[in-house]
Amino acid sequence: MKEMIYADALALAICEALETDPAVTLINASYGGLTPQRACYNVIRERFADRIVDSPIAELGFCGIAVGAAMTGLRPIVGISTGAFSFEAWPQIINEAAVACYGSAGQVTAPVVFHMLTGIRGAGAVQHSHATQAMFCNAPGLQVVMPSSPADARGLMLTCALHSRNPTVFIDHQRLQATTGMVEEKITPIPLGVAEVKRVGNDVTLVAVGIMVPRALEAAEILAREGISVEVVDPRTLVPLDKKTILASVAKTGRAVVADESQLTCGVAAELAAVIAEEGFHSLKAPIRRVGIPNVPVPCHQDEEEFITPSTDKLVDAVRAVCGRTVN
Amino acid sequence: MSVSAETAIRNLKMMLTIRRAEEKVISFATEHTGLIRGHYHVYIGQEASGVAACNALGPKDYVFTTHRNHGHVIARGGELGRVLAEIIGRSDGYNGGRGGTFHVIAPHLGILQTSGVVGGCMPLAAGAAFSIKTRKTDQVSLVFFGDGSMEEGAFYESINMAALWKLPVVFVCENNGAPLASRKGGEIPSNSLNAKRLIDIPMALGIPSVIVDGADMEACDALMKDVVAGVRSGGGPAFVESRITRWPGNAAAFPVLHGGAWRIDWAFDPGNAPAPLQDWLSHSDPLALYMRDCVARGVVTRADLDRMDAAVVAQVNEAAAFAVASPPRKAESALEHVFA
Repeated sequence: MKEMIYADALALAICEALETDPAVTLINASYGGLTPQRACYNVIRERFADRIVDSPIAELGFCGIAVGAAMTGLRPIVGISTGAFSFEAWPQIINEAAVACYGSAGQVTAPVVFHMLTGIRGAGAVQHSHATQAMFCNAPGLQVVMPSSPADARGLMLTCALHSRNPTVFIDHQRLQATTGMVEEKITPIPLGVAEVKRVGNDVTLVAVGIMVPRALEAAEILAREGISVEVVDPRTLVPLDKKTILASVAKTGRAVVADESQLTCGVAAELAAVIAEEGFHSLKAPIRRVGIPNVPVPCHQDEEEFITPSTDKLVDAVRAVCGRTVN
Repeated sequence: MSVSAETAIRNLKMMLTIRRAEEKVISFATEHTGLIRGHYHVYIGQEASGVAACNALGPKDYVFTTHRNHGHVIARGGELGRVLAEIIGRSDGYNGGRGGTFHVIAPHLGILQTSGVVGGCMPLAAGAAFSIKTRKTDQVSLVFFGDGSMEEGAFYESINMAALWKLPVVFVCENNGAPLASRKGGEIPSNSLNAKRLIDIPMALGIPSVIVDGADMEACDALMKDVVAGVRSGGGPAFVESRITRWPGNAAAFPVLHGGAWRIDWAFDPGNAPAPLQDWLSHSDPLALYMRDCVARGVVTRADLDRMDAAVVAQVNEAAAFAVASPPRKAESALEHVFA
């Protein structure tokens, strides 16, 4: 094991995928977007320039080209950069890639990875801060992957790029790029649909995805000092979803807070809460709480942006509330 | 210029097969309640460009098409029974009945998607060509679409990248709104696309682009062979506008067979045909024109054509019986194949 920053781990995974399988092809290599860590991805171009094609500003076209290439033997990883740009490509991702297998009754597959940088990034304003995960979860046929750590980013990318037969939306949060964590020395793909308990606890299950995982771990630390033992469960992939691990944790703790940095209405937290309510209701000692973004676009102004961000403090308050503690 | 008698007869038979199969599809929709539930699109009147394009392709090439795909799949060698079974949602259909009329997909024929979304297949076809170029094979990718697709952004983005990256893709626009007078060339004013000629758009991006009379089987055949060969030899993408005068039965929201099934004697005596068809039969029906041409050249006789038709009709009837007898798709299979 060695310590790495998230961007380096993801760049490593992409290099490992390129090295392992000649069918892996990159359409754009802008995996770091405009984040301070963007230079971490230069290694890909230094080593594999001939495996990268830089496209015009044409998301609809190049996402569709990736789907057609994936139908015919390549394994493209597409850099969409900012997640909101995927909206330009919606017809090809939602109405071609996602339905190729189903429409052909399993005969045609499109193993393409759509990589995008999402979330509240600090002054992304109304058009560059979207959470796209819930939207993609509503399009059956797409795998939706949301890593929260360097090891998960690498392991999930390896699985999607090298082994999956299905299209994947790889949702990377802008603010995870600089986070650090331990990463295996050897190539270690992580299977889809396997959640990880990131911290063991007994009183409350905190299901958190993506950027909410480091915030949840921070909240758990604060709450431990108050005598509340929080179990942090990270689904890691939203489609497929590891319901079993989530429900087993709720059965143990009897309380659940679900957290995702997207708007609350029909969001990922809503779906997770519904799963727990439908299949784990009898374990619950208190109503489920959701933590997400209120139903507003993401503003540019720093104070406004922070006001709507599902922060560590909001998680702490939600956990206290389900435990019957006073909320500050 | 003319092709061998053998080729001409093969072309005639394929065009006739498509026409009779499409008439069967119309009868499924109009005479058999429930066999086709929604709307559907037929290829009658467009047979020449589809048959010609598929003649020019090799077995390993890729074909992408649209909601008006039946003729393309048949021209590509699709088994009639399995095509008709797919159209009516039966388990012997090419997608086990999952796809229906809009989405007859046959991967073993290189037909990987038939998108019901206008413009949906153009990026996919460019993507297959990108894959060909990356894998360094000698395949080509060919995509059929209507003139309406050129109003979509997907078209512009696809032709731009295809041209930039010199992808081996043939864009075949079947413009089925072409008036007789301009079918061989010239300008076609359109109220939905502000270009004097459709080919001006790809030509602006440096893509070799040609207009062909979509009612002229042998002109289509010769042109498609040239175009596909050029693309296969690494020349980058090409664009073909096949100008087609619309079959009068296609004027309504749902296809209408004026006077019933098409008749060979109408081809030779359009004055005896139902009034709405006369002009089309005289000047624009690729099958009528080609039959008259082949008889005039002595390639076939009227009697040969009648025998050919009887054989084709028998084959289509047999295929239809196979399709109708095929078990419907099971309801619970709706949950299958979301993922591979």
